Amino acid sequence: MNIELLNHASAFICQEADMLDHGEYPEWLALWEEKGLYIVPINPDETDFANTLNYACDDAKMRSLRVARLGSGESISTSPAPRTIRSVSRFRILADDGKTVTVRCAQNLREFRKEIQKHYTANLTYTLVRDGDSFRIQQKVVRLLNASDALQCIGYIP
Amino acid sequence: MTSQTTSKGHTLADLVQHDRVHTSLYTDPAIFEDEMDKVFANTWVWVAHTSEIPEAGSYKTGYIGRQPVVTVRDRKQQVHVLLNRCRHRAATVCEGHKGKTNSFVCPYHGWSYSLDGALRGVPSPESYGDLLDKADYPLVKLRVEEYAGMIFATFKDDIEPLVDFLGPARKWMDLFMKQGGGFPIKVGGEHRFRFPGNWKIQLENTTDAYHFPLVHKSFLSSVDKQTEEMLDFVEGPGFVEDLGNGHSVMVMIPDLVDLEANLEAPIPERFAALAEELRADYPEDQVRRIVRAVGGSGFNLNIFPNIACSMAFFRVLRPVSVTETEIHHAVITMDGGPEAGNRARLRMHEHFQGPMGFGTPDDSEAWERVQKGSNAGTDQWILLNRGLAKEQETADGRRSDVSAETGMRAAYRQWKKLMTA
Repeated sequence: MNIELLNHASAFICQEADMLDHGEYPEWLALWEEKGLYIVPINPDETDFANTLNYACDDAKMRSLRVARLGSGESISTSPAPRTIRSVSRFRILADDGKTVTVRCAQNLREFRKEIQKHYTANLTYTLVRDGDSFRIQQKVVRLLNASDALQCIGYIP
Repeated sequence: MTSQTTSKGHTLADLVQHDRVHTSLYTDPAIFEDEMDKVFANTWVWVAHTSEIPEAGSYKTGYIGRQPVVTVRDRKQQVHVLLNRCRHRAATVCEGHKGKTNSFVCPYHGWSYSLDGALRGVPSPESYGDLLDKADYPLVKLRVEEYAGMIFATFKDDIEPLVDFLGPARKWMDLFMKQGGGFPIKVGGEHRFRFPGNWKIQLENTTDAYHFPLVHKSFLSSVDKQTEEMLDFVEGPGFVEDLGNGHSVMVMIPDLVDLEANLEAPIPERFAALAEELRADYPEDQVRRIVRAVGGSGFNLNIFPNIACSMAFFRVLRPVSVTETEIHHAVITMDGGPEAGNRARLRMHEHFQGPMGFGTPDDSEAWERVQKGSNAGTDQWILLNRGLAKEQETADGRRSDVSAETGMRAAYRQWKKLMTA
């Protein structure tokens, strides 16, 4: 097991989680490859995201629009903004071709907004492209444990 | 409940007036219980689009009110809507949302039913002697009829034919189905979510243009200028029309009522890249037809009580409790149509709809606030008099401006008729 790579990738993912929990969206947007995709599928087994309906399938433009909406004050479902704390763990390197690394981990996310705390658990799968001594995100897939159920609205970036 | 008065001294009939309804319609658990029998078990209720059960053995589970049902296509292509309940000891015979099966087998004692609901096998039948005639115990079957690919079922055997119930709504259904762009339309997946509020709050919203610029400000900020102008319809030439039997249509964008008309108009900027991509495989007239269809229809058709044909998707509502409702937004794609066109549809749907869309969560927040605010006051009313001043009679019913509450008044008139019958 390549512990150095595992540490490296998990440190990157923990940092990303911390950015999202603390609303550091410009920094978060800068983590991405220009052609990167942020995906939240409905069926956790789905692989053809382009030709199926997802909860989100954001290219660079949609990611920046999503971020703009969260901070705009124009959306009643995100004002006040939900507070989130996510823990990421159980990191595993699934593939490494020298250029890109595929990492899977578990995410437990607690959300609190207006008297209600909710809990979303997910498998996260990242395709990370090596970029100097760090990475850039080529793809992030958030497979919510209960994605196939009727959800409640999500006013942040899980 | 019908003959009783509420704790505030109103009769059920008093709770719906021509220009207002009583808040207890959102909050009273006894009224909700009554609705399950008098509305949902007493009229035509939408259960599926034909594309959701494409082949023999295809099924879809769902609910009519709170009663679990299975919609299934049998080997002769006939569609059945069956109560999802074994005739022996009541266990559901079908789980899962959609799929394909050869039969329905109860997991508890193994009673098995064919696709048309007939009881086929009972394990170890000897213990019954001659007490059990299988012909007496099929899955309970509802009356089913279909129009324009939309499958409806009813518990009420002597109800009017579906086509009569739909009435003038039929021509709007026909127009809506043109968004296949020349291909059959197909449900291409759905977003399902719940909000803590009464089902009628959502029913109202489908013909509520008034909220759009305010609640969906953040969505409007995320689209191109041309789309933003197209969606600036509240003071525009559109209208809402009461179509009878609780149905209504809200035309937001009159130019997009007939998707097969006006095909020579310039292709909107946001579809220019798609049109270019389609030109590789389709002649220009077909490209224009597909591109115009991809954006969806310029109207919302509300069919009482649980289904709407809304721009480019089906909105399905399911009452869960007096203060909880489940909504499905099913995206419509072109069956056998260009993948690029369908991808555009999927991305548009994700942009507005669903729990992570730029539109739905704000609607959901507004509906939740309506439910919360409804707990204030002890004898308050919900106002529904917008657009009443200019409402005119038409051949199909009554019509007023696009942000009129005419559609809501239509729905509550039907609600009152069913609840006080």
